[in-house]
Amino acid sequence: MAIKLLLENDKVEGIRYYDAYRKHGGYRSVEKAFKMTPDEIVEEVKKSGLRGRGGAGFPTGMKWSFLAKPEGVPRHLVCNADESEPGTFKDRYLMEFIPHLLIEGLIVSSFALGSNATYIYIRGEYAWIVDILEQAIQEAKNFGWLGKNILGTGFDCEIYVQRGAGAYICGEETALIESLEGKRGNPRIKPPFPAIQGLWMRPTVVNNVETLAAVVPIINMGGEEYAKIGVGRSTGTKLLSACGNINKPGVYEIDMTISVEEFIFSDEYCGGIPKGKRLKACIPGGSSVPILPANLLLKTAKGETRLMNYESLSDGGFATGSMMGSGGFEVLDEDQCVVRHTMSLARFYNHESCGQCSPCREGTGWMYKILKNLEYGKGKMSDIDLLWDIQRKIEGNTICPLGDAAAWPVAAAIRHFRDEFEWHVLNPDESQKRNYGLAHYADPIHVPA
Amino acid sequence: MKFSEEKLNKVKEIVARYPEGKHKSALIPLLHMAQDENGGWLSTEAMDYVAELLQLLPIEVYEVATFYSMYNLKPVGKYIFEVCRTGPCMVNGSDDIIEYIKSKLGINEGETTADGLFTLKPAECLGACGYAPMMQLGSTYREHLTKEKVDAIIEECRRNAAINN
Repeated sequence: MAIKLLLENDKVEGIRYYDAYRKHGGYRSVEKAFKMTPDEIVEEVKKSGLRGRGGAGFPTGMKWSFLAKPEGVPRHLVCNADESEPGTFKDRYLMEFIPHLLIEGLIVSSFALGSNATYIYIRGEYAWIVDILEQAIQEAKNFGWLGKNILGTGFDCEIYVQRGAGAYICGEETALIESLEGKRGNPRIKPPFPAIQGLWMRPTVVNNVETLAAVVPIINMGGEEYAKIGVGRSTGTKLLSACGNINKPGVYEIDMTISVEEFIFSDEYCGGIPKGKRLKACIPGGSSVPILPANLLLKTAKGETRLMNYESLSDGGFATGSMMGSGGFEVLDEDQCVVRHTMSLARFYNHESCGQCSPCREGTGWMYKILKNLEYGKGKMSDIDLLWDIQRKIEGNTICPLGDAAAWPVAAAIRHFRDEFEWHVLNPDESQKRNYGLAHYADPIHVPA
Repeated sequence: MKFSEEKLNKVKEIVARYPEGKHKSALIPLLHMAQDENGGWLSTEAMDYVAELLQLLPIEVYEVATFYSMYNLKPVGKYIFEVCRTGPCMVNGSDDIIEYIKSKLGINEGETTADGLFTLKPAECLGACGYAPMMQLGSTYREHLTKEKVDAIIEECRRNAAINN
């Protein structure tokens, strides 16, 4: 039986509300944390090995320890709930069904970091979740977990929910801060990092929803115990949002020791591929991470079983591996067209580029245009090399990682599915008919044992 | 367009969430309120009103309103169908849903029906990838869309519009 730390009680009736949540052990971590010093809490999070669950995987305890603490300057914790990476919907699930888990994590983390005003920045489209969170905050307040002098500790904390207004870029922490200041979501040049100058130029920590929720079990069980779950530097549990061509799309909590094959084909998780279709490819960590053909997805280039964790998914680098990313796991079956899918992602990144840096602003548009031509049978062989060239010139040449995020999917698609791009050039009439049936691509197709 | 007394109290409550002098942070929430108040879109008048409330220059408001995709800068229908078409929705048939809505309502992407009821606005990933295909309708998500479900949603909107008139 898989270990569940975050979704242990997600099916309990009424868990969205305070009474049921508290009855099932909710807010224990706050009671425990208030008996510790803020530095001791940071130390537990460090020991846990928790890595940022938003996509970058940066060690959370280390991020916290960078927070500047100049005398007399307020500090802020900001929760990044701007979940927008295609394929990712895990934070939404957590906030919608167990909102108090996030609030509890926020109280402990605010205490550890010394934030008296903490903000949840949530994507504007999740409008109904704003109401759920605000209700949970009100309940927590009514029971004395928030407000002035919480539980007689002398610690004051308020949590506010701020709705965005539709911009993927605001998931980037400095763009999020700009947006929270009432501006366009243009990422800032780093340094200075938010830990030194963030929200209103004050020291700020920005963490993903799942990361902050994970602080609850870390404090409850202790950092060392938490670190025993998982393998290597992939400690604890991870939420995965599974989608695409699978029988059981949804949000799953895994302990990062299971194989990719088990995750896709076992009934406990994705439940295999509908209609007995074969596995063609997968984007394992949100749309920005490299797509992998089935053969490289299930086994690494060295022939080892690929596991659902940070190290194993990135084994082989971008040549033969991918990334854990945000945990947005999208499966493509044998009928899906990689060119068309890549075109849709290119359109997404073109739409979401903030326009600040020319390589990204112009390059994402060029890539979309070329991919559209290829998909609709108007492409040339030289377009494939041109695409490769453009993505290479975007990567690493922009202020924020959106440029990389737009470049990587295109690079990986060409790297692993070049013959499919060529097929579109050679068969323009068929590609125009939206004939996804590229079963000619025999090599990566996986049939479960 | 002007906010009611109740809305103005809400404005005060929002501004109080931020430190002294940092009231510009209230801009995005206030633009949402103004859009709701103004029939689903932000006219120059509505944006200028928000600028006045927050004591900002109008340009500070325009540059934000034009950046975010949820703000509509021209009039829209009473019901906006924002159909996601990014990867995960695409592999689950969002293109067919968009085509179906187009033919059923007789409008193209970005257009509004002559009766002013419906606008079709293709959207990029809305975070409902496991429940694809989907659309955003007001502050709700409609998921696992089929042609039959689209028919039912259109009927539901027409019924609601008739009741409200």
